Amino acid sequence: MEVRKPRIKSIPYEEWNDNASLEKIIEELHEGGVNVVTGSLDQLINWGRANSLWSLTFATSCCGIEFMACGCARYDFARFGFEVTRNSPRQADLIMCAGTITHKMAPALKRLYDEMAEPKYVIAVGGCAISGGPFKSSYHVVKGIEEIVPVDVFIPGCPPRPEAIMYGMMQLQRKVKIEKFFGGANHKQTQEERELGVSNEELTFRHKLGDHRREPIVVTDVPQDFVDEMKTASEQVRPEVNPAPTEVKVEEDKA
Amino acid sequence: MKLEFLSFDFDKFASEMQNLKEKKHFDYLVTIVGEDFGEEGLGCVYILENTDNHERCSVKMLAKTQICGDGMSSNGTGVTDGQLIPYIPTVSNIWRVADLLEREVYDFYGIVFLGHPDMRRLFLRSDFKGHPFRKDWQFNDEYTLEDDIEPDYGLEYYLDKDGHLQSKQNKLFGPDDYVINIGPQHPSTHGVLRLQTVLNGETVKRVYPHLGYIHRGIEKMCENMTYPQTLALTDRLNYLSAMMHRHALVGVIEEGMGVELTDRIKYIRTIMDELQRLDSHLLYVGCCAQDMGALTAFLYSMRDREHVLNCMEETTGGRLIQNYYRIGGLQDDIDPNFVKNVKDLVKYMKPIIQEYVDVFGDNIITHNRFEKVGPMSLEDCISYAVTGPAGRASGWKNDVRKNHPYDMYSQVEWEQITMTGCDTMDRYTCHIQEMYQSLHIIEQLIDNIPEGDFYVKQKPIIKVPEGQWYFSVEGASGEFGVYLDSRGDKSPYRLKMRPMGLSLTGALDPMLRGQKIADLVATGAAIDFVIPDIDR
Repeated sequence: MEVRKPRIKSIPYEEWNDNASLEKIIEELHEGGVNVVTGSLDQLINWGRANSLWSLTFATSCCGIEFMACGCARYDFARFGFEVTRNSPRQADLIMCAGTITHKMAPALKRLYDEMAEPKYVIAVGGCAISGGPFKSSYHVVKGIEEIVPVDVFIPGCPPRPEAIMYGMMQLQRKVKIEKFFGGANHKQTQEERELGVSNEELTFRHKLGDHRREPIVVTDVPQDFVDEMKTASEQVRPEVNPAPTEVKVEEDKA
Repeated sequence: MKLEFLSFDFDKFASEMQNLKEKKHFDYLVTIVGEDFGEEGLGCVYILENTDNHERCSVKMLAKTQICGDGMSSNGTGVTDGQLIPYIPTVSNIWRVADLLEREVYDFYGIVFLGHPDMRRLFLRSDFKGHPFRKDWQFNDEYTLEDDIEPDYGLEYYLDKDGHLQSKQNKLFGPDDYVINIGPQHPSTHGVLRLQTVLNGETVKRVYPHLGYIHRGIEKMCENMTYPQTLALTDRLNYLSAMMHRHALVGVIEEGMGVELTDRIKYIRTIMDELQRLDSHLLYVGCCAQDMGALTAFLYSMRDREHVLNCMEETTGGRLIQNYYRIGGLQDDIDPNFVKNVKDLVKYMKPIIQEYVDVFGDNIITHNRFEKVGPMSLEDCISYAVTGPAGRASGWKNDVRKNHPYDMYSQVEWEQITMTGCDTMDRYTCHIQEMYQSLHIIEQLIDNIPEGDFYVKQKPIIKVPEGQWYFSVEGASGEFGVYLDSRGDKSPYRLKMRPMGLSLTGALDPMLRGQKIADLVATGAAIDFVIPDIDR
């Protein structure tokens, strides 16, 4: 990621790369009674994000009960800022995929993942979500959710104990903290990127997720009886619509 | 119970089944087991119970086959055109629970039921190829991420006047019906259940349950496993009744092999079952509260659930998946502190149950939301096979521990809780009362655990002699049974579990017709189903 040259009148550009002069400026400010803290904004934002991870409640089986136990008094993962669970993917930061994903559920998981806003994460909880677990030889179980969505953290166990789930979530915190927030999903697009006309999300993650823009849905096989019904319905409406313009015409004539 | 099958002529089947219900009073259809009998062909086993004297009987019915070539079968795709379709007359008009049970058999075996109005797949996607439980089914685990385009009609099969198999479509929805989907990813359905709900304003007109979002094909997997291997899967059905589920499976295998257990094993199993029931009911009480928006009450019961888990964990090593029972006894002896811990737990729990009632159960909001909601009469409860606390809330004395006692239940003193309210409030109260009974049972046994072996040694390779058995236990929310067909091999020929929740899901529709949509959440919360148990 290219860093654009900042231009501030009182500070020559070269001095930005020179810690000694930066410290000197800060010292001067402090002496003048100004409170200044220096650091990277990314770090600040990631600190906030890492300690407020909202998960989508996506519990399909046993692991979900352990996830509930995590939220309750004994384990209390509110201590780490995980206690907000959302039922809508639009409001969630991550999917806790707690449980077996079957062939019938797979499209729903994929859709929920696609509906989430970037930056988003996936945690695979338990043997089933990691590899199919004890149901690996089944005809109706997805052998690991990594076949469908990219996974950030795997938490093994059948089901994992609440301690393990919390350890896994803390690993995700570490991952969040070293991310480039402004440089990554929220960077300002260059001229070339703007010409492509796609979102940052697409640019950053297309290589990881594949092109998930969808073709528009065009309905081709409309049943004939439905078409007829709509036609008759519109014909019934038409007589009420037609009189209005004629009345207007009459008025115009009079005028 | 070793099964001795009755069998009837194909033509008289429907009337004989009617007779069994009307004259011999077999009014509770426990389950329908579809089976591929090999050379005999496909067929079904019906297990029935007389609710007066709790006698059980079983009927075996082989399917006839015929070509159905009208292009309508298999959802109009024509895939089965020219293929032989097995068929059996329906019993869904005699026992209403058969509605879903027959759809399950159709899904797994492709047997169609003549006169059943809605022959759709129950668990698998509508574009699934073939019927996986048939012995000649070619294994295939490919899947697609495309949406499943579901038919908006059910097929009804019938024989025309020349005796040819025909089918016709029955529309599921009217042209002006307003249909909303609740689930498969919804916080109030306790898992991945999908309820397609037809509404008129706020009033529910019809509920179509869609299952199979967590269908793992456990029964099919068991057919390729040795008996000890199959045990690992039952804990993962209803993880809140893990002990009871495993109890039913080891029970049926031990009965088949004729294993005599020591008293110590029976005592420990009974205590463990009751601890598990306590655990499940505590979570139930919490989830009921949470679904109604009372988060505090949820935290209270989850706090105490941890104490129960501690007791079990010291012996079994697991919190949810216990893996404790095995064929011939237990994995290991109880922990030295087990007796003391359990006694402390009982002492702690007894006064605290009242706290849940104070915090949530006797709240005026709870009463308003639960009373007269989701009603179901005693007669309907039996017809829809609503077992467990939900059925007992309507006055049906259906507790397997009383009716078909196993282990120590016949020798301890306890009361079967029944109520007369038939509504959601009584279902909730029934669970609360049962917790006291569980504590009472544990109290009587915990001091008297006899000395003896915790495991009766078995041969290294376990084989069950030929025959069919059915063994059921009282799970946390109903009867959980296992049907075993053994051909003398080291793995079962057919293993079928009677899930507790399937009939409860089938009963949602009659319970909720005419009720408000918000009552759906209350009814679902109080009826206590766990979806992985239904889907298996």
